[in-house]
Amino acid sequence: MSLITTLARLEAVSTGRARPTATVRHRHLSERPLVFVPLTTAGEAGAPLGALVGTDRDAPRLLVVPQPRDRDLRFAFLAELADVVLPYVEAYADAVEAAERTETDPETGKRVKVEVDLCADAPQLIVPSRAGADFVRLLGRSMRFRRTAEQDPGTPHPAPPRVPLLGRWLTHFGERARVPGSSLLLALTDLLSRHWATGQSGVEDQHLGSLLAWIDPPAGESGDAAARRAELARDADGQLLCPPAGPATDPAFDNKLLAPAIEAYDRARTALAAAEDGAEADDRFGALTAAEQRIRDLVESRTRPTWDAVWHGIDLLRALPEGAHVPDRWTRDRWSFTAHRDRITAGEPPQPRVDDAVTAANKLAAREREQARLDAQEALDDPLVMAGRRLAGEAFAGEVTDVVMAYSEGRRPSPRPLVTVRTEDLPHLGERTKVYRSLEGKPQAAEFVAQEGDGDGGALLVLRVLDKMGRGKEPEPGSVPEKGDRVCFTLFEHDQRGGPKLPDPEETPWTHGGPPGDPDAVPQPDPLTEEDVL
Amino acid sequence: MTAALDPHAGGGVLDPGAAAGRATDAILRDTLHGTHRGVVVDSPPGAGKSTLVVRAALELAAAGRPLMIVAQTNAQVDDLVLRLAEKDAELPVGRLHSSDTDPYDKALDARPNVRKSTKAADLAGLGIVVSTAAKWAHVKVDEPWRHAIVDEAYQMRSDALLAVAGLFERALFVGDPGQLDPFSIVGGEQWAGLSYDPSASAVTTLLAHNPELPQHRLPVSWRLPASAAPLVSGAFYPYTPFRSGTDHGDRRLSFAVPSDGSGPDRVIDEAAGAGWGLLELPPRHTPRTDPEAVHAVAQVVRRLLERGGAAVSERSDDPVPLTADRIAVGTAHRDQAASVRAALAGFGITDVVVDTANRLQGREYDVTVVLHPLSGRPDATAFHLETGRLCVLASRHRHACIVVCREGVAELLDDHPSTEPVQLGVTVKFPDGWEANHAVLDRLSEHRVAWRP
Amino acid sequence: MPPPRTRETTSALRHRLAELRGPDVPAKALDARALAALAANPGCKRRALLDGAGVNKTVLADALGSPSAFGQSQFAFMRGNAFEARVKADGGAELLRLVHERLDPSAEPPSGAAVPDLAAMGPEGRAARTALALREATEGGGWALLDHPMLALEVAGSPAFLEPDAVVVHPDGTWTVVEIKSFPMLDGSADPAKVGAAARQSAVYVLALEDVAARLDQVPRVRHRVLLVCPKDFTNLPTAAVVDVRKQRAVTRRQLTRLTRIEEIADALPPGTCFAPDLPPEQLTAAVELLPATYAPECLAACELAFHCRARARREGAVTSLGRSARAELGGLTTVDDVLAAAHGTAGDPDDPAVAALRRAARLRAEALSAAGYGAGAALPDRAGAVPEGAPCR
Repeated sequence: MSLITTLARLEAVSTGRARPTATVRHRHLSERPLVFVPLTTAGEAGAPLGALVGTDRDAPRLLVVPQPRDRDLRFAFLAELADVVLPYVEAYADAVEAAERTETDPETGKRVKVEVDLCADAPQLIVPSRAGADFVRLLGRSMRFRRTAEQDPGTPHPAPPRVPLLGRWLTHFGERARVPGSSLLLALTDLLSRHWATGQSGVEDQHLGSLLAWIDPPAGESGDAAARRAELARDADGQLLCPPAGPATDPAFDNKLLAPAIEAYDRARTALAAAEDGAEADDRFGALTAAEQRIRDLVESRTRPTWDAVWHGIDLLRALPEGAHVPDRWTRDRWSFTAHRDRITAGEPPQPRVDDAVTAANKLAAREREQARLDAQEALDDPLVMAGRRLAGEAFAGEVTDVVMAYSEGRRPSPRPLVTVRTEDLPHLGERTKVYRSLEGKPQAAEFVAQEGDGDGGALLVLRVLDKMGRGKEPEPGSVPEKGDRVCFTLFEHDQRGGPKLPDPEETPWTHGGPPGDPDAVPQPDPLTEEDVL
Repeated sequence: MTAALDPHAGGGVLDPGAAAGRATDAILRDTLHGTHRGVVVDSPPGAGKSTLVVRAALELAAAGRPLMIVAQTNAQVDDLVLRLAEKDAELPVGRLHSSDTDPYDKALDARPNVRKSTKAADLAGLGIVVSTAAKWAHVKVDEPWRHAIVDEAYQMRSDALLAVAGLFERALFVGDPGQLDPFSIVGGEQWAGLSYDPSASAVTTLLAHNPELPQHRLPVSWRLPASAAPLVSGAFYPYTPFRSGTDHGDRRLSFAVPSDGSGPDRVIDEAAGAGWGLLELPPRHTPRTDPEAVHAVAQVVRRLLERGGAAVSERSDDPVPLTADRIAVGTAHRDQAASVRAALAGFGITDVVVDTANRLQGREYDVTVVLHPLSGRPDATAFHLETGRLCVLASRHRHACIVVCREGVAELLDDHPSTEPVQLGVTVKFPDGWEANHAVLDRLSEHRVAWRP
Repeated sequence: MPPPRTRETTSALRHRLAELRGPDVPAKALDARALAALAANPGCKRRALLDGAGVNKTVLADALGSPSAFGQSQFAFMRGNAFEARVKADGGAELLRLVHERLDPSAEPPSGAAVPDLAAMGPEGRAARTALALREATEGGGWALLDHPMLALEVAGSPAFLEPDAVVVHPDGTWTVVEIKSFPMLDGSADPAKVGAAARQSAVYVLALEDVAARLDQVPRVRHRVLLVCPKDFTNLPTAAVVDVRKQRAVTRRQLTRLTRIEEIADALPPGTCFAPDLPPEQLTAAVELLPATYAPECLAACELAFHCRARARREGAVTSLGRSARAELGGLTTVDDVLAAAHGTAGDPDDPAVAALRRAARLRAEALSAAGYGAGAALPDRAGAVPEGAPCR
């Protein structure tokens, strides 16, 4: 935790309210996000219990699995989920704009510009917490290798038609969410924690209700008290007043309310199956419907508060102005979305269980670049983030006190003006350390020459400006800071260079096990076990 | 197949020179005449890794095999090129470099047999071409090199090896497994446990896929004195021991000016006699740049210089003055190094190297002064407990190592929670940072000088 | 292992601990999970003493008015039991196959392994029966599966009884701990936090088994690689992974040794101190306060008293209630008020680098916030879109 963040947390403790750690919003928020509040069954891997999902805050779609261990009911749930999610996703797949991309020409090996489609916007999935994002990934994994009756007429338990496709999309959302700064899939607790510091620990901030209580406490109540209430308060039945944001449920809910309801449902189903005539069946069907409704009510009662909390959080974030580089990063999300759309259209197989060596290395390199890009862009967009970098000695701000014109040596001398900056910051500068400032959105480089004096009002740092001054002997107007200007230089670069091109997977070297097996082989679906079918 | 050489195995105890020679011969035999595509050499601190790399390079070049050398930093590359040029002024050596400003050490310009270029094609046909892994990763070739030497292979990441492994047919991998592991600034948990985890070390991946490769070990540290080798070996290399090339009494450190009885002087005398010294300050929780500790470090350095030290070693019969360039200060963090530099500058001392463990890797001095990574901390973290960090700091010296630390580190270690997550399939790394820290602390406490500044 | 102690000191300590528990309050036996949890916060004297004395912390937390929130869903419980039964069906054939395949493939296949009956009266009886079965199986020279054996381990003078899911004796006479968990191994990986907890628990069993082994004439080797059995992917089929628990074993051993400190902690308490849950809450709170605690947010997942300690830590303004790392750069400052006073320049020595850094941080933070239009104490900007004209960094 940086000292500035620590300080913000301590201020939150003493004021009883969360304090900002950002002055702009650092992530893209869609006009029309799809909010997904899932619940899962304790002890089962990837057995959903129910969910609220939708784009209309006043009309979420409630999906429920009345008996989570019944495969058919689970499939029905997933098919319904596909009916909500896929149309939402596909609406973005169809609207495109023309864009340019640099590709390597397979024949000449040269880098050429090609015109391609770029989706004009992309879908955005918002879940309450990090555990919700993990659950999206898990659902994706559980669905993408399933076979439908159309794909494989012999499969004993065919998945509903669009379920494998939903699996591939959820997998893509889940994988993209691992890229720093991406916004296709957002966990609201992470998003809120990025922008506010509460008076509690990061562990406790994982609780959506308690986090929101700190950021926007009810009138007259301190954040601390409201957060404790959200976390711990129970009704006379021992049920939490603010149910956990899931996907895990509270054990007291499972044991006291859900288990009896599911038992009643099972009994009603058995009774219906044993009905001997139509009239009896009608009665018993009514009982089954009532039992199912009871479970639906229970699931809704545990998801609706979270659903409302998610929209409340979105409102709070929308009140913040968007950071200047956020659209740039969202464009990268759009590229990612477009590329996955193209893979599906091209009939490529689902994402493999495990990345091969080359894919893993490429992903890691891309994420490291994105992390560095995010760190730089957040600082450039937000003085409060820059303050943290300045405190860490990675940037400095101050006033220009002197500018002396100088030139490079050589046949065609170029301008290399010496700029003196007075700063109270303590940057980690060494001999010829490169520093950068943002000049009309582009980084201008300078190098550290010397430090002069260390008196009141800070140190005087002499910098030599190196570029972005035009081609002529005299620097272009506005390209060199002037005396009296406020400037801010960073020791980190603003842009990220691309990494080296790695070999193709089929050329994986011997040090890494050689080429992997057939890359197009579709993994076998997961085997069935008897517990899957009641 | 492992050919790990136990210094004490095989009929009686060999003298260090013979044991090291035998290991080197076996490595060169496998490298030049072996059938395997790779050979791995573990080299503990000061065991002659650079000498081995230079020798193997010259022999491969002499055998007419085009050789590329991969090192991790530009400083390492320049150092290797200079060593090669020193050994054989006729041998054409290529230095492949980046197009940044000051891409290589200007000292290379004085070597007529060293050709420098940003393009591999310009260096084609030279017997040896040396560059960083980062630069090699951008090189494309039609015909791979017959041979490569990968230096500091344990500090190289698996994905960096993936980017260059297509450039060579076979390779000698050399490195020190006890130093700092490579790391990533983003989480890579999703690949943990995979044999080719991109953020693991290059050697881990190489051996996971090629377990049959011969693995050798240089068994003798020529740098560490007899007082230090057993501790460093036991604490940081528990399953691959090494020994010192010199014996007790082979090296001596003495001072012309007698002790003034102060803490710094007493700890200097203790370290001169025992090889280790612990200057212990009163317990207190402090920020990283603890002024008292920083001052104590600076004071020790100042007295080391003022007292006219002289070092006697196997290298020469005459005592060699302990000058500023033979002393280094090691810290865990950059701001600590900056504070120590400022404190030294206050004493008018500007030519003593002060740096973090990361930057001191591979360097050697007569005396090191170390600010203990856990000194004054309210909590220990994985960063501060990392074995490699302490190993680097405790293994840079030829004569003596003086550690400055606040009291209370033993309790801090004892109270440190150990609830680390466990990834399936990831080989457990030994030694554990906790244990290694305790082992070093135990030894240091035998050479403790308590001081209240 | 704790150093040997004389019978008198042990019995005096036992007596003292019984007094602390309160008259007629039975000692809560330590199980492997509790022992493994000792490593979660080894610096906490409160936890060390209460655990060492066998105080039931769940009951104590209720009595203090801050009940713990640990519960288990019956769905998870049922699923766990069903999975374990499945793994152990047919005389443990599948379990033994996995041990053979993952740990000892060169040994003969484990068909017809012995599955000794371990039933006996009381934990002592079961522990004795287990020790006997282990000896016989080891001498027998074949495969044997001990289903829910009982192991005794001396902890701070009292025996703790531990019940691993299974122990397998190999034909070469070595012993393996098998831990069966119901979280999935998905494509070969599992939740690292859960695997870590399983590894720490298994390490306790390894230590207890080594205790049993040490008492045999031919001391058998207890393997330090345990077998973790979990459901594979989304199915109920077992799969397994080998987990090296040498580190966890070393840590737990150290923590058990340090449990002897409870004698010192107990000695420091005034006579008459008692933690009986039927005492009035104020008295109980006062008694618990006599034990120094080192609360950190990680306690919430590991200790029944966490909510109580958290409330106290908050009331005292302890910075560590925000996380252990919060203290890292604060030097000697430990409370919220002290830190804020130092940061705002109303207290503290400006030459102290912690204070100096705090003041710089506070100045930089205030400067950035006011530039963005935030008033003091506001969580949201005073006016919407109040960003300074132009880029903040030119």
